[in-house]
Amino acid sequence: MRKRDLVVIGAGPAGMAAAVLAAELGLDVTVLDEQVLPGGQIFRGVDRVSASRSKILGRDYTDGARLTQDLRQSRIKHFSGAVVWAIEENFRISFTHEGRGAQINADRILLATGALERPMPIPGWTLPGVMTAGAGQILLKQSGIVAQDAVLVGSGPFLYLIATQMVGAGTPPAAVIETQRLRDMIRATRHLGGALRGWPYLAKGLKMISEIKRARVPRYTGATQIAIEGEGKAAALTFIHKRQKKRVACKTVYLHHGVVPNTHAARSLGISHRWDAGQVSFVPELNPWGQSDVAGVFIAGDGAGIGGAKVAEYAGQLAALKVAEELNCISISHRNRVAVPLRRALAREMAVRPFLDAAYPPFEEALSPSDSTLVCRCEEVTAGDIRKYARLGCLGPNQTKAFARAGMGPCQGRYCGLTVTALLAEANGLSPDQTGYYRIRAPLKPVTLGELAAMDNMSEGPVD
Amino acid sequence: MNNASPFLELESGPRVDITWDGKPLSLPDGANLAAALLACGIEVFRSTPVSGAPRGPFCMMGACFDCLVEIDGVTRQACMIEVKNGLDIKTINVPRAPNA
Repeated sequence: MRKRDLVVIGAGPAGMAAAVLAAELGLDVTVLDEQVLPGGQIFRGVDRVSASRSKILGRDYTDGARLTQDLRQSRIKHFSGAVVWAIEENFRISFTHEGRGAQINADRILLATGALERPMPIPGWTLPGVMTAGAGQILLKQSGIVAQDAVLVGSGPFLYLIATQMVGAGTPPAAVIETQRLRDMIRATRHLGGALRGWPYLAKGLKMISEIKRARVPRYTGATQIAIEGEGKAAALTFIHKRQKKRVACKTVYLHHGVVPNTHAARSLGISHRWDAGQVSFVPELNPWGQSDVAGVFIAGDGAGIGGAKVAEYAGQLAALKVAEELNCISISHRNRVAVPLRRALAREMAVRPFLDAAYPPFEEALSPSDSTLVCRCEEVTAGDIRKYARLGCLGPNQTKAFARAGMGPCQGRYCGLTVTALLAEANGLSPDQTGYYRIRAPLKPVTLGELAAMDNMSEGPVD
Repeated sequence: MNNASPFLELESGPRVDITWDGKPLSLPDGANLAAALLACGIEVFRSTPVSGAPRGPFCMMGACFDCLVEIDGVTRQACMIEVKNGLDIKTINVPRAPNA
């Protein structure tokens, strides 16, 4: 089977930028992406967005069309709707495409699998009508639908962004209920130097807050004891604000307290990860080119640690340069010369992060949920169950699978992994690094027998 | 359009006919299936095999699997499917066998 020089998994900003540069430098590049259109989640649907929706979503979003256009114009093989479910030794990549299994070989791999919303287990978070804020924005970007009288809950500038977009769409949220406290902001001021280097982001943030205020959307900060009520679907959100119990009726709740790297594919390859206390998540161990400790595998974008779309773009290009140099398409001096401005731009984009991470920390109650709160959505395992297994001697997340199947449902731990690690670490007095994470194995996404039976070896297949 | 839906559609386009547990629905052609169902007032997509609890779309990006539906006998993620004419969709409400 022919080996592609570089297979990029994910067509968000990191994957697109890497693929385009690598192809320009002479590499044979294939992109595999799950979605119908390139763009990742940040630029989801950007190629089909209407003019009125573009106006609501703003230039930071429509700017993504620059990348999708480059992806189309270059000599890149792009499979959309391609769901990767296994990456084996020597880089045979198995995926499902148009209802059939398929396999391709790669010399080098770039994982550009992006981020997931940080799981936010609070009472009622599995009720229909409760979604991630990212999901709410995807509905707007891709489908032009917005929730009326939704409640936005959690912390972080992304809540302000979606709130202002909903205001722009003529459907302002019923309330924005924020969990960060004044003391978080005070603590964050020690990172003010970096924040000032990233001043355009601060200016954007302040502008969004003033737009939310102008639209008279009620904002509550420092909210605690947040719970969603409803029989069979979300009906109201309750919380404590300034020692008073509040209740906001709503049919839709958008949750968000940060995003975390989507590490599934990387973990399946055995790439080392470490706990990042600032980002409160695991991140893969990488060198400044995005190279992992598994030879030939690179990671760029939010999957490497949260940095946002611009950082993803630069990091994707840095990885492409390194791959091109390793495959003798460019010299080391060429690589280094092109990398200098990219590294400078990347550092500038990252400058604001420590401030934001400190000012908008994850919601403590969702990091260590009450005993009766479900943490594993698929297998319906509660935080109390996990604590009980810790008392029975369970030290790591892989043991909890044997006790209660936590992490073994269809999402394969994507929305409970970090919570289970945190609960076990807390109960056992160990660090997240000592506690570890679920062992991730293929298939990374479910694959049907029918898809396997129709497996297409793509060396000389019609789609090649 | 459905007034009962908490979601507002900002734009309209050509629609096609599908069935949802045998009930005819008219959805935007080529739209994201999960989004189109939400816009049409459908909030509960399935019930869980463990407790039978109702679920609807949660992540809209193919990661959470809460929006699973059955299309032509195959379990699929509604958020990863495009609406096309004649889709026959069934909800999944199968409790897990006690020993499974």
